[in-house]
Amino acid sequence: MSHFSPTAAVSYFFNYFLMKGVLVTIGLTVAAVVGGLVLGMGIALLRMSSNPVLAGAARFYIWFFRGTPLLIQLVVIYSGLPQLGIKFSVITCALVGLILNEAAYLAEIVRSGFMAVSAGQREAAWALSLSPWVTFRRVTLPQAFRLMIPPLGNSINSLLKATSLASVISVEELMRRSDMLMQEHFQILEVYAAATAYYLILTSVWDAVQRRLEKHFGRSSAVKTRRVAASAPVAQASVEARA
Amino acid sequence: MSETSMAGTEGATVQPQLREVPAVRMEAVYKHYGDFTALNEVDLKVAKGEKIVVCGPSGSGKSTLIRCINHIEKHDEGLIYVNGVELDHQRKNIDAVRRDTGMVFQSFNLFPHMTVLENCTLAPMTANGMSESEAKDLAMHFLTKVRIPDQAEKFPGQLSGGQQQRVAIARALCMRPKIMLFDEPTSALDPEMVKEVLETMKKLAEEGMTMLCVTHEMGFAREVADRIVFMNEGKVVEQAAPEEFFKHPKSERARTFLDQIIH
Repeated sequence: MSHFSPTAAVSYFFNYFLMKGVLVTIGLTVAAVVGGLVLGMGIALLRMSSNPVLAGAARFYIWFFRGTPLLIQLVVIYSGLPQLGIKFSVITCALVGLILNEAAYLAEIVRSGFMAVSAGQREAAWALSLSPWVTFRRVTLPQAFRLMIPPLGNSINSLLKATSLASVISVEELMRRSDMLMQEHFQILEVYAAATAYYLILTSVWDAVQRRLEKHFGRSSAVKTRRVAASAPVAQASVEARA
Repeated sequence: MSETSMAGTEGATVQPQLREVPAVRMEAVYKHYGDFTALNEVDLKVAKGEKIVVCGPSGSGKSTLIRCINHIEKHDEGLIYVNGVELDHQRKNIDAVRRDTGMVFQSFNLFPHMTVLENCTLAPMTANGMSESEAKDLAMHFLTKVRIPDQAEKFPGQLSGGQQQRVAIARALCMRPKIMLFDEPTSALDPEMVKEVLETMKKLAEEGMTMLCVTHEMGFAREVADRIVFMNEGKVVEQAAPEEFFKHPKSERARTFLDQIIH
């Protein structure tokens, strides 16, 4: 068997069993992004809090989940926690692992986004008697979000591919189903060519979405605001040095 | 106070306003950043309607001084009263003071993601509960006053520096402040745009607004200020009418400062 069968690869690409795996991959990614963003936002807020205990806890969380492999986290949740009597379904295990891990990365992205909004924006909001909620919702969040899109896009791209690790704990997503097909038919290159094509399509679609988002949220920003935003981390650092 | 006891015969509950409450009163105010003393026992009184220009070398505490007046910086010691309200770090007093004061910053600090009009209507709508149409009318009134009503639908990044600063002035005026604080409003501008901003400020001064301006524009100071406050190393070194200050500066430091900036 020293040949590659393109027709077989195409047939795997249209294989219904594999397509359902693609849907699981998409579902895992979307759920982990949404969950990770909510949790990550909370952790970022704690990390920026002036309370040293809360900030320290958030720092520890980020340190821990960014400092250990996602694979170990998944295996510990799936196989390790039952030893302590904590049991989840396979899909829940994957989601918990992915969300906890993604939140650590997103927390840092959210935090850097907020820190890059110039201190002058908050001062202007105070001077105008805006409430803290209005300042957050209407002034800082929209500007921080625009700055977050590029690193957020990167992180989501990584996450999309990292969902393949869930195959190890037997979640039947794209990678796992490719393995299953491969073991059944032994057409290794053909099966993985189909899987590769799917991953490339998914990441390309996400790239396009990200570009649209950048364009949409960047529409009002001109040279001036970028210059202010770029100098903001320096200003922030000097404020911290003072305090 | 003796005035209070004298008024006692009239009716003790009535607070006699024999002298008008000053717009700003600072008594022995200190502000430190670590080891650096930004404000060193500052006393200052500003009457209602008065126009003050604060000048001095960089790092002398001018900006810190006016930023303490609306509590964007917290003073560490001393007393600050704004229209009779004590700035004592209590939320409700800070809010009251900020409602009475408008501020214009060196770097404009317009909200870049909102149009000029939205910049002006945000605070009246969210902090004063104005309806959208009322807030728009108000914003257009002040944008007309600073002579840029035609830019209302643009984003700040599409305007020149001078136009942005005039929008910032209009935005502050939309909250109907009684005192306007200017923190080097023309320092970030290209030279040909300084004039339009100063003209706007002059117009405001003519209408009787109480103003404190940190600026190096000595022409403006001469023309508009009732009083010049000269600062150095966190202290108010001297205060005088412009005429007096420019012709006969009392301190050596003010003399060398004036030599440096007036060519």
